[in-house]
Amino acid sequence: MSALFEARGLSRRFGRVQALDKADFDVSAGEVVALIGDNGAGKSTLVKALTGNLDIDEGEIFFEGQPIHFATPHEASAAGIEVVHQDLALAPHLDAAQNMFLGREIMRPGPFGKLGFMDNTAMRARAAAAFTELGSAVRSVVVPVGAMSGGQKQSVAIARAVSWANKVLFLDEPTAALGVVQTHNVLETIKKVRDSGLAVVLISHSMPHVLEVADRVQVLRLGRRVATIEAAGASVEQLVGAMTGALDRKEGAA
Amino acid sequence: MSTITKPAEAIETSSSHGGALERLKAMQSVWILGVLVVIIAAFGIMSPTTFLSAGNLTNIAQNVSIWAVLAVGMTFVIITSGIDLSVGSVLVVSSVVAAKVMEAMGEQGWGAAIVGLACAVVSGLFWGVLNGFLVAKAKVPPLIVTLGTLSVALGIAQIITGGLDIRSAPDVLVDNIGYGRIAGIPAISLIALLVVVIGGIGLHKTRFGRYTYAIGSNEISARRVGISVDRKLIQIYALAGLLAGFAGVLSLAQYGTTTIAGQSLTNLNVIAAVVIGGTSIFGGQGSMFGSMVGLFIPATLQSGFVIIGVSPYWQTVAVGAILIAAVYVDQQRRAAASRGKGV
Repeated sequence: MSALFEARGLSRRFGRVQALDKADFDVSAGEVVALIGDNGAGKSTLVKALTGNLDIDEGEIFFEGQPIHFATPHEASAAGIEVVHQDLALAPHLDAAQNMFLGREIMRPGPFGKLGFMDNTAMRARAAAAFTELGSAVRSVVVPVGAMSGGQKQSVAIARAVSWANKVLFLDEPTAALGVVQTHNVLETIKKVRDSGLAVVLISHSMPHVLEVADRVQVLRLGRRVATIEAAGASVEQLVGAMTGALDRKEGAA
Repeated sequence: MSTITKPAEAIETSSSHGGALERLKAMQSVWILGVLVVIIAAFGIMSPTTFLSAGNLTNIAQNVSIWAVLAVGMTFVIITSGIDLSVGSVLVVSSVVAAKVMEAMGEQGWGAAIVGLACAVVSGLFWGVLNGFLVAKAKVPPLIVTLGTLSVALGIAQIITGGLDIRSAPDVLVDNIGYGRIAGIPAISLIALLVVVIGGIGLHKTRFGRYTYAIGSNEISARRVGISVDRKLIQIYALAGLLAGFAGVLSLAQYGTTTIAGQSLTNLNVIAAVVIGGTSIFGGQGSMFGSMVGLFIPATLQSGFVIIGVSPYWQTVAVGAILIAAVYVDQQRRAAASRGKGV
């Protein structure tokens, strides 16, 4: 199976820190790839580089077999790639529906739409439908996101990304702030999205979650991919061993 | 919060939960509207025949008209978590430009008035775009940018005039706009009302307004979803400048002269009104209705104090106290909301 989204030899240096050092990465349609690594291994940098949030010094990115360069996150979005950032990137004063459609508002038909008037009813209905489908804990699409619980906010961010992604979905630590039930919901959502044919990239520190949903695990260490492991049959010890490398390798966090 | 645990309940899609009263109470602008009603009622009881007379009420409306036009732009700017200190100076320099042009044309008719209006609006737009460009592209904090243009614009107005007011507004402007009335209501107030209504619809109903809130609420999030934040900021400061230019012509019409030395506190008065009305100085929150309520409080106090024979200087004291109290109450409520009581 050829990769849907692939990076070869990505490098990026911040001052004296080599955040990415000829890193490779690939994900195919209909699979969940977990991206794991210790703090400072370059996971978030890699995701930023892949999704138009960060320029790279060298290396190539291929999307659907073609070399591609996303100058902005918006260009990546336009190609069907969405990211759930760790900080969620929601506007706290706007409600769930407004957040979900931010930058993609449904306009009223006819001349009113041309004047900039939005169809709030349609956006609320579609947002509510999306939350229902995800089994989300969000109970209202008209309450400001800032007044919601951590799990509900997470759910809004995920629903937004899932609604717009039609090729690749990146999730950066989506379960870090969640309770048991909500974590279960998120993992189920990931499986659902994968089964609908999207490529899903999951960044997580939770090895049990990784093993539960991932098809393959790619391990980053010191800015480079050091292992790709089939999740079926892998153990937590194996993953942690690959993440930390030989036990004597302690050059300090890069 | 109990609804959260109920499974499979329909997700709420209209904001009509908890009754209209519940929602009204949640708005800062309504709380402050209550304050305004109390002020009006108090003066009304103390001096029913004078304070509540049509003449006095239209007088109050006339007095807030120019500030209302400025407050429309200021509300947009503050919702983006910005500030525009330059509005008073931009008003002055735009009215000076307009007055100079109209003087040079040497006529008192509508032709000169329209050319003057166009010049003032273009001048305001220029200063607004300059502010916006420096804020959005040069990344200079809005407080500093507009403090700078406050000084530059006022200085240029003084250079053009040698510091002396130009006392030659065309008659049509003064007669029809400054003193004119339509159905007993001052024309200048109707013009301001029109600007406020259009501004309110733009803020609350259009995508432009939605993006204004989004930028103030979380600029990074706005950028990530593809909103061209820089361009929006330039447009918003441009709008504030344009309205200040427009207000420059209204000021010429109302006073028949430029007001070079008379606008030094205009910016702070307008900012105070907007903030009293519930617009958060931290961005992301506010309403046009609130700003208008916030404007009427100082104007009503001023008029009321004069009528009941209290020194009008007390108005300044009262407005300052209300400003602090309003923001304090707002902060308390916001803290309560973030503890979960506000949902």
